[in-house]
Amino acid sequence: MQLIINGEAKQVTEELTVTKLLAQLMLSPEQVVVELNHNILPVDKHSATELTSGDSIEIVHFVGGG
Amino acid sequence: MNIYLNDIPVEINPDTYLHALRDEKKSGADILIINGFPQTKDQRLQEDDRVVMIRRGEQPTPDELEALMMARHTPGVHEKIKQARVGIAGIGGLGSNVAIALTRVGIGQLDIADFDVVEPSNLNRQQYFIDQIGMPKVEALSDILKRINPAVKVNGHNKKVTPENLTAIFGTVDILVEAFDAAAEKAMLTNHFLQLYPNKYLVAASGVAGYEPSNSIRTRKISKYFYLCGDGVTAAAPGYGLMAPRVGIAAHHQANTVLRLLLNEPLD
Repeated sequence: MQLIINGEAKQVTEELTVTKLLAQLMLSPEQVVVELNHNILPVDKHSATELTSGDSIEIVHFVGGG
Repeated sequence: MNIYLNDIPVEINPDTYLHALRDEKKSGADILIINGFPQTKDQRLQEDDRVVMIRRGEQPTPDELEALMMARHTPGVHEKIKQARVGIAGIGGLGSNVAIALTRVGIGQLDIADFDVVEPSNLNRQQYFIDQIGMPKVEALSDILKRINPAVKVNGHNKKVTPENLTAIFGTVDILVEAFDAAAEKAMLTNHFLQLYPNKYLVAASGVAGYEPSNSIRTRKISKYFYLCGDGVTAAAPGYGLMAPRVGIAAHHQANTVLRLLLNEPLD
């Protein structure tokens, strides 16, 4: 299926939850903000949210410093 | 003819001299400036001269300060900025700079939150002074902001921001600035704020360390209510310290984004 990740089309073969996608991208779950189809996806819903073909997902991965 | 006296347009007789005007408008003023140049000699004033008269050591009254701000801004701008209430979560390198920039433009109200005290290592990039070491940052910054523009109302929250107290601290702001240091804290605040307040703006920062090129700091619109300033990747790490110039650039991206949102200017 095709996902739009940070504006770029990506093909993924398997069924994916948001938590699994973050793991594949090697992103630390406590440092990210995820918007699914332009709505903020609460952190406690990451593991139960299955992605479906055509989903647009925006991932902001914060780095430290301020 | 018209001149500007302390930024306010006034009409004067064409034959008016500087010292006579001083005696009439601000007797005892010991610093007289015409069009940016300090003057000691008496002289005849010209149309459209910008005359500034200062009594050394005297501070403008709140009304005078208000008039100065109005005169400095494009018509309509000052009113919009003055109506605004902006929250700043974290007042270290990013937040102290954002607070000062917004105070200088005359923001109506600021809610500043931090639980830190000023430490010597902060002084390389944060807007505190050596004589403030040991003070709670909220108190130290409130003092600084008051010295810049006492008309700005500053609400200090000397505590750690958590999901539980987010509403109590920032529930009434129009725009929230995320200015924390730790990545997980940045994500926590952003996640909870955007979830709690889907129609309020959040201006966050990520990737501000080191001395990479200035122009790699950008402002990005992530979604309608979520803006992110920084290069997105340069984390603070050993050998990659946080330094005043780049943290300041990112902070001023944040402050300018706040200003543009308040003035309904397009952002992309």
